[in-house]
Amino acid sequence: MSLLSLSQVEVHYGGIRALKGVSMEVRAGELVALIGANGAGKTTTLRAIAGLARATGGIRFDGQSLLGQAPHAIARSGIALVPEGRGVFAQLTVDENLAMGAYSRGDRAAIEKDREHVLSLFPRLAERLTQTAGTLSGGEQQMLAIGRALLSRPRLLLLDEPSMGLAPLLVDRIFEVIRRVSAEGVTMLLVEQNANLALEVASRAYVLENGEVSISGSAADLLGNPKVQAAYLGIEG
Amino acid sequence: MSGAQGRRFPPWVGVVLVTIALVALPFALMQAGTAWVRITNFAILFVILSIGLNIVVGFAGLLDLGYIAFYAVGAYVYALLASPFFGLHWPFWAILPIGALVACGFGVLLGAPTLKLRGDYLAIVTLGFGEIVRILLNNLSEPFNLTNGPKGISSIDPVSVFGLSLGGTTKVAGFAIPDAVKYYFLLIVLLVAVIVVALRLQNSRIGRAWEAIREDEVAARAMGIDTTRVKLLAFALGAAFGGVAGGLFAAIQGFISPESFVLNESVMVLAMVVLGGMGNVWGVVLGALLLSFAPELLRYTIEPAQRALFGKSLVDSEVLRMLLFGAAMVAMMRFRPAGLLPSAVRKRELARLAQDDNA
Repeated sequence: MSLLSLSQVEVHYGGIRALKGVSMEVRAGELVALIGANGAGKTTTLRAIAGLARATGGIRFDGQSLLGQAPHAIARSGIALVPEGRGVFAQLTVDENLAMGAYSRGDRAAIEKDREHVLSLFPRLAERLTQTAGTLSGGEQQMLAIGRALLSRPRLLLLDEPSMGLAPLLVDRIFEVIRRVSAEGVTMLLVEQNANLALEVASRAYVLENGEVSISGSAADLLGNPKVQAAYLGIEG
Repeated sequence: MSGAQGRRFPPWVGVVLVTIALVALPFALMQAGTAWVRITNFAILFVILSIGLNIVVGFAGLLDLGYIAFYAVGAYVYALLASPFFGLHWPFWAILPIGALVACGFGVLLGAPTLKLRGDYLAIVTLGFGEIVRILLNNLSEPFNLTNGPKGISSIDPVSVFGLSLGGTTKVAGFAIPDAVKYYFLLIVLLVAVIVVALRLQNSRIGRAWEAIREDEVAARAMGIDTTRVKLLAFALGAAFGGVAGGLFAAIQGFISPESFVLNESVMVLAMVVLGGMGNVWGVVLGALLLSFAPELLRYTIEPAQRALFGKSLVDSEVLRMLLFGAAMVAMMRFRPAGLLPSAVRKRELARLAQDDNA
């Protein structure tokens, strides 16, 4: 049973068809990667799921249709988006940012436990709790954005380009945490330009090309696929 | 405000001292003339207005240039329900909530269609709204006379609390207590209530949601915050505060006309919020008091000073007042851009901007 399913999803920006009928699914507990070139529609797909872009077709989450629902309602139904460029609250402290992640929850004891857990995943954040988020480095902001999203106890975590603009060492750190969070059972849909990295952590993947899914399969298959190798992995055929 | 030196006194000592000071104040002011008590009353009204506008501008970050319209709505609701104009004489305690609710409704009316706008665009629309309300008040004497047009509404009932009319002079144990002093106490009680409500709001879930929206609306939505509702709430609550202040204004003044609700007043209230420190309730209180009293102090000092120096009045005090006023605002923006008592978050914001500029 799939937790999230998209069928023939289309998104138009003005006269431009950004998504031309994307179909995909994410099962509970999976880490699915969505890879593709710039402008292929990866971010748009996430925005459509999160309710930030108006879509047609079918988007179902846990049996419920998400189409036409407001972003905050979708967030409350258990989908957390870590937006491209992180979207941390720059003038709020790290601690306040994390508290904002738990905005829709009322269970204080459980929130405190989750907060401890997030801080154990990102010890760097624990050292900077009283610092404003805007003064953090790019990598730390990414950690904060992921930590904040985890504090909403998402049933599905949408990650948009977590490696963007980060030093290689930090990228490794971030992906280590992604792997750990996934192992703990959080379902994830990961959008990445760095296809190598994405396919290493994912179980399955979809390749988007000009607003359509061109290739899909297990991550291992895609890593061995000559077309994927040539186009996205930088391996000459 | 417990100092850094530690607590030498229990907190109630401060509360008692402030209470004594506030009770004694009008009697001290009366020595200088009852006019000063009246000036203080209007200053308190503007403090209430500023605290209300601060909810919209300071907490939620929505620039509102037509705020005085809600003040007008509250004032007219009071005037219509407690004057010979319609022959209605409802009690003050019944009208005040109605005024707040009607203003609230107008807040939603303004908020609902404009919530998609931000920054300058929102400012323009709210400015237009303020003007629409004023022009309506000016012209709604035809075909059905609702506002009496530019002539305004007069003989508005004074407030009456537990059978005691706050209008006119009351004799208490041989002391003559003028209406201004009685209103002062009513205003102080309401002001304390308004401050408590504002402080509680700031530290509530809604307060945090406003903060998030001000920072990053998309991220706020991703946190599950219903941004439309929360912004509308800011407009509605801010408007309600304005409505309450308006009702009090009508009762104290006894006469209102559209002239009292011009754009200038909106700008003045906004200046109070900005001068004091957007987002900080205590800062806003300070800003409103300063900007309310400064012109009056100048009025009473510039004229005599000119006469003493030149033997006659060379420059009209009104002109000088505005000049000094402008200079003070420019100096403020240069040296304390986050306001006199900035909120913690605003202080950080500006520090960050300065850093970015230097980088």
